[in-house]
Amino acid sequence: MLRLTHFGVGNLRDLELTVQPGEILCLSGPSGSGKTRLLRAIADLDPHDGEVAFNGSRQNDLPAHQWRRRVMLVPAESQWWEERVGAHFPLDAREEWEALGFSDNPLSWHVSHLSTGEKQRLSLWRALARGPSALLLDEPTANLDSHSRYLTETWLQARIREHGWPVIWVAHDEAQIEGVADRHFAIVAEHLKEVPCRSSS
Amino acid sequence: MPVIELSPWELALAAVMVLLLAATSYWARLGVGKSLLIGAARTVVQLSLIGLVLEALFAVGALIWVALLAIAMLLVAGREVVARQNRRLIRGWAFGIGTLSMFVSSFTVTVLTLTVIIGPDPWYRPQYAIPLLGMMLGNTMTGVSIGLDRLTDSVWRGRQVIEARLMLGQPWQEAIADMRRDAARSGLIPAINAMAAAGVVSLPGMMTGQILAGSPPSLAVKYQILVMFTITVGTGFGTLVAVLLASRRLFDQRERLRLDRISASSN
Repeated sequence: MLRLTHFGVGNLRDLELTVQPGEILCLSGPSGSGKTRLLRAIADLDPHDGEVAFNGSRQNDLPAHQWRRRVMLVPAESQWWEERVGAHFPLDAREEWEALGFSDNPLSWHVSHLSTGEKQRLSLWRALARGPSALLLDEPTANLDSHSRYLTETWLQARIREHGWPVIWVAHDEAQIEGVADRHFAIVAEHLKEVPCRSSS
Repeated sequence: MPVIELSPWELALAAVMVLLLAATSYWARLGVGKSLLIGAARTVVQLSLIGLVLEALFAVGALIWVALLAIAMLLVAGREVVARQNRRLIRGWAFGIGTLSMFVSSFTVTVLTLTVIIGPDPWYRPQYAIPLLGMMLGNTMTGVSIGLDRLTDSVWRGRQVIEARLMLGQPWQEAIADMRRDAARSGLIPAINAMAAAGVVSLPGMMTGQILAGSPPSLAVKYQILVMFTITVGTGFGTLVAVLLASRRLFDQRERLRLDRISASSN
């Protein structure tokens, strides 16, 4: 369970939010409303007010890198620093490339040959392979065509249910939010406003 | 062999050659004529002054004066380290880290060399201590400033990569490891190259000076080897300490990358 109390960053103030295990909370809002900033603050990459706790342990009780290993942020734009894809993965990474729509194992590929969409799918797999306990996803399917978007959503949902991760998922697309969200919040001015969605009603 | 005395008139002849070069560069519109003349004038003034200081210091030979001059040299070197960086740590950290790392490495190695290896009596005898420290500081300064400049520059360019690695749960040391290694390596390379080229491509300045001043080449060579080793050791440790401290300063207690602690590009 991921819980935000009196949380504030940028123009967002006094947020109270609880995400249950296995729950996908979708977050939407106009660009510049602070969605990415909020995720960065929850991952403790930016200074912020208030508190966030995961399963009872508060952010400041853990060294920052251990917190981030548990509450893992996957940014919209992925970064790659080694020459080959596989060097970014832990050695015991579960082979999930088929479910993500790759016809061949991409771990031996050169990073410079990857397309934007391939990078995005691989960065999700890379994050999940590190064994997080909660996920913060920033537009995880923004650069994908409809087929791989469908595959990626399905795969993400299956993993989230399997492990019971609380998830905050930033999305723009109404259809996607309808499809994946258990709850939906929109950023309105300084606060989060709950938007009713089909799956919860 | 007595040293041949240089008269001011003979130096003036060399100065005429510099004037010739300045005139030529003015004629060729290189735009460096003025700075060439200013540089030449500074050489004359600064070296004459330090000559006077050294004469006085050699006459007194007290530890307190040697130490004071050493500290003055260190502070000037610290200022130079700051000036040679494009993006630097703000609020005096660039100066602090640069000066501290040069102090730790140059002073330690110089004192060790004086007390254990050369062994003049007393160990701080200025004829040995000041030139040795000067050469150490001059080279360590280069290594430290290259290392720090490379570090801040690559962190600035690679901030997204560092943050991506932090997001995956890597500790800050791991997230910056590649850049840290690169920075330390580039600070060390000039010293290593100087050792590799010594005597083959270039006759090192100190050895040349000693031979011109009448020392037998075999003795000059031994001193040169000693000096190159100590310079490399001093540069190496100085650069490592500086890069280590500066990279720590780029992250806060919560292992966040703090680019607001680096100044904007100065050119």
